[in-house]
Amino acid sequence: MTNSWTDIGVSDCVLIMGSNAAENHPVAMKWILRAKDRGGKIIHVDPRFTRTSAKADIYAPLRSGTDIAFLGGMINYILEKDLIQNDYVVSNTNAAFIVNPKYDFKDGLFSGYNLEKRAYDKSLWAIEKDEKGIPKRDQSLQNERCVYQLMKKHYARYDLNSVSNITGTPKEDLIKVYEAYAETGKPDKVGTMLYAMGWTQHTVGTQNIRAASIIQLLLGNMGMAGGGVNALRGESNVQGITDQAVLFHIIPGYNPSPKASDVSLEKYNEKNTPKTANPSSVNWWGNRPKYIASFLKSMYGENATKENEFGYQLLPKLDDGQNASFLFMFDEMLKGKFSGFICLGMNPACSLPNANQSREALSKLDWMVAVDIFESETSNFWKGPGMDPNKVKTEVFLLPACSYVEREGSLSDSARTAQWRYKAIEPIGESKADGQIIHEIYMKLKTLYEKDKGVFPDPILKLKWDYAKAGKVDTHLVAKDINGYFLEDVPEHPVDKKAYKKGTLVPSFVFLLADGRTSCGNWIYSGSYTEAGNMMARRDKTPVATANIFPKWAWAWPVNRRIIYNRASVDMQGNPIDPKRAVIKWDAENKKWVGDVPDGPAPPMGMEGGKLPFIMKPDGVASIFGPGLSDGPFPEHYEPLECPIEKNPLSSQRVNPTISLFKDYKFTTCDPRFPFVATTYRVTEHWQTGLMTRYQSLLVETEPQMFVELSEELAELRGIKNGERVLVSSPRGKLEAIAMVTKRWAPFKVAGQTIHEVGMTFHYGWLIPKNGGESANLLTPTIGDANTAIPEYKAFLVNVEKLPAKGKGR
Amino acid sequence: MAGKSFFIDTSRCTACRGCQIADKAWWGLKGTKTQQRGNHQNPEDLSFNTWKVVRFSEVEVNGKPNWYFFTDQCRHCLEPPCMYTAQSLGSKAITRDDETGAVIYDPKIKVKAEDFKKIRESCPWDIPRWDEKTQIMAKCNMCINRIREGMLPACVKSCPTGTMNFGDRDKMLDMAQKRLKELKAVYPKAQLLNAEILRTIFLVIDDPQKYWKHAAENGVGITRIAAIKKLVRPLVKFPHFVG
Repeated sequence: MTNSWTDIGVSDCVLIMGSNAAENHPVAMKWILRAKDRGGKIIHVDPRFTRTSAKADIYAPLRSGTDIAFLGGMINYILEKDLIQNDYVVSNTNAAFIVNPKYDFKDGLFSGYNLEKRAYDKSLWAIEKDEKGIPKRDQSLQNERCVYQLMKKHYARYDLNSVSNITGTPKEDLIKVYEAYAETGKPDKVGTMLYAMGWTQHTVGTQNIRAASIIQLLLGNMGMAGGGVNALRGESNVQGITDQAVLFHIIPGYNPSPKASDVSLEKYNEKNTPKTANPSSVNWWGNRPKYIASFLKSMYGENATKENEFGYQLLPKLDDGQNASFLFMFDEMLKGKFSGFICLGMNPACSLPNANQSREALSKLDWMVAVDIFESETSNFWKGPGMDPNKVKTEVFLLPACSYVEREGSLSDSARTAQWRYKAIEPIGESKADGQIIHEIYMKLKTLYEKDKGVFPDPILKLKWDYAKAGKVDTHLVAKDINGYFLEDVPEHPVDKKAYKKGTLVPSFVFLLADGRTSCGNWIYSGSYTEAGNMMARRDKTPVATANIFPKWAWAWPVNRRIIYNRASVDMQGNPIDPKRAVIKWDAENKKWVGDVPDGPAPPMGMEGGKLPFIMKPDGVASIFGPGLSDGPFPEHYEPLECPIEKNPLSSQRVNPTISLFKDYKFTTCDPRFPFVATTYRVTEHWQTGLMTRYQSLLVETEPQMFVELSEELAELRGIKNGERVLVSSPRGKLEAIAMVTKRWAPFKVAGQTIHEVGMTFHYGWLIPKNGGESANLLTPTIGDANTAIPEYKAFLVNVEKLPAKGKGR
Repeated sequence: MAGKSFFIDTSRCTACRGCQIADKAWWGLKGTKTQQRGNHQNPEDLSFNTWKVVRFSEVEVNGKPNWYFFTDQCRHCLEPPCMYTAQSLGSKAITRDDETGAVIYDPKIKVKAEDFKKIRESCPWDIPRWDEKTQIMAKCNMCINRIREGMLPACVKSCPTGTMNFGDRDKMLDMAQKRLKELKAVYPKAQLLNAEILRTIFLVIDDPQKYWKHAAENGVGITRIAAIKKLVRPLVKFPHFVG
């Protein structure tokens, strides 16, 4: 989230879209309802009317996979009626920038498209710069090649009729939502957007978020209390996971993974450290070399020296162009390219798309180690339906992990807030904490490599590994390492001229150095555990009342800033644009900022030394035009890969032109055998693939079996009654479910046809409970987003048929 | 008036089932074997093992679909008809705590089948439940062991939205009246359900029948309560009707 959970409570308008917050983030409703208590409006846009919709003031339905059409319509509405917050847009975004004349858009494609490569030459989208290297601009937003005018032209096609024809949302509902939300463009009004997998799990997922960001920038809602673009993350510590880069494409703190062609640290830094010609732009990523050097010192300790590029050659490198995300990884696994797999706290047999193939892939391994608190469909894949244990050669180990109440450490929530938690009891039986398991595996590997040498043992043997005392991992040592240390006495630090002693914790990433005198496991967490103590363990409820943020409750990255981009919340003199919801304010007398931690201590923009608000962008302003993404600088509606209609009503380009296609897998589109749109989701009562919750009798009691939600109209079409067993099938698999027939889901009128949509959870699996049902992922397709490869779980095609009563046939 | 009360603001409820499950977890109640019947409401009803159940009701409001949630539980009547009926049958199984007003079913005192039938029928909100094997009655007991230690009932503690509230009766009545006033401005049918005679005060924004057939006492029961009182008057001290 750009904002915090708590400042949602001061918003005037909460748009919940691509999220079913009441069911999947139930505690978030506390803050959403507080906004409602204060007169704020709650809007919920979702294919079906859910427990969230029941608390909303405005509910609008939309067909899964059409969010860009919906949001594009909102952009068009805002521009047509000139409801932008003009000063904000001109000062804080690239709306005024001039784009080079080679940029174009025609019939669904941007200029520079190569059909064979399924990729764009993004240089054709470049911003024009002057001789100093500073972007050319037209403050009046009139130049026909300025971003504002190009955007206006792009979204002129997203008129109400066209949008309604794509999304299936009645026109009057579109107007209701657009009117209510566009109100927040006024300087004294603010709106927030809360989203989750409903926006991300699409082939256009990244562009869904881009569309939201554009709207929030046009309305001046970024950096404001009660505003922002807020991802409600899908697991308790997935924020921690992405921060610590348990992902192939980044290393801790969102630094890019080095590639094979980055042959030296110097080359890596050169490639990845942006420069700016604008003296008013902070360009904070310009500090990257300090964070990389400090990270390498944390990894290799004394083995990282100035002479050996701080051990850079020991870091694993990706092949150039390699994509090691799940869809690609499991495709390789299915083709027999992996010998082993360590699977920690994950149930891919139920969570990955095309689950039959994912389970098959596991059977190609020589060995697998599952680390989990309970047995799962993954650890037991070899005795699952359709598997003959005598034919599966995979040797499977199950290491019992303990739960989160049996260990100590931090969890990082959606609001970037790391909250330290204590151990309630010792791990039961032989179960161990994940950290302890990894430590013990490492210590054994180290011994083996020392003995057997191997081809290249140094990356293992030269790791600095001081996280355990007497064989027991101490998470405080890990947390401190992440924060960072001074490795030598620093008699006069370049930043504040003060002296710092060797072995002390750095106060924050501002103090990290590129010369090897500091270590830091993850620069964004620097400041979380300092000489003042474990900031993540704080529980003080003193608020910054106007913004409803709580800076002394635990610790948020970066540097405990609760609302990022907050420099955009003040005018040129540093006065809050919306004083009743002030986030920061310039105290002219004492020459400092009060309130939240500002985005850098520099004075307001209108004063000498003032800096632009979007400090992580080289140009210092936010991108309305985003030339860095693989599928275009403006979001454009494309249909999901499995599309219920023949053509994309908006252009000749049916699907996202840059997605990687997996030609060996089964897909379909506009297919009378699979005529219904399907989507997948979760409920409050179960957790992810249900691994933790299907063993709990009190939870299984509330949601005992796999169900499929469908409209009364579809039920009548197929002769299905509420509570009856049905068969749901896709080109990839089939499963039984109980029909949940409801008025809350109506068919959509799209491109002149009636399109039915159904939905299921992925909470169930064959292992437990008996007759519980299987995972919806037996049906989902192997296809992902153009930029992130996150699978398109949210829109695909199925058939639904009545089943004979039990005892007959199936 | 003395004693405690619940104030349940259904307008804030998202049917998360936290209350339903927290109650079971605290009291060690069994998770029963259920089936998906095409409805999230599971278990379907209160039982010996389920003392709080979230009832789901799909409705139409102004021609559009809507969904009402009702977190059903014992009303802890000021004058509990179940208690008077039990007493009239010579049973000591039901008592009312002097300090809090909680209506408690003794987990050790057996009740005969035919007596239980009369007790259940006496309740306008259909709350009493009974186990055939052990012949013991069960229902919400206001988490009497928790509130005696100054803790909130488990259901109240678990509620994330402020639907479930608990405290001194006069404070809960104040809260209920204030919230009713706020909601009536937007929902003209908003009402409190039988607040004068109950310690569990529900607030709804529409006709109570749309939530659950026994959500509100519709007049018949009050006559029944008065009739029961007449029956037991010689046996027990007759307290004031309104509190």
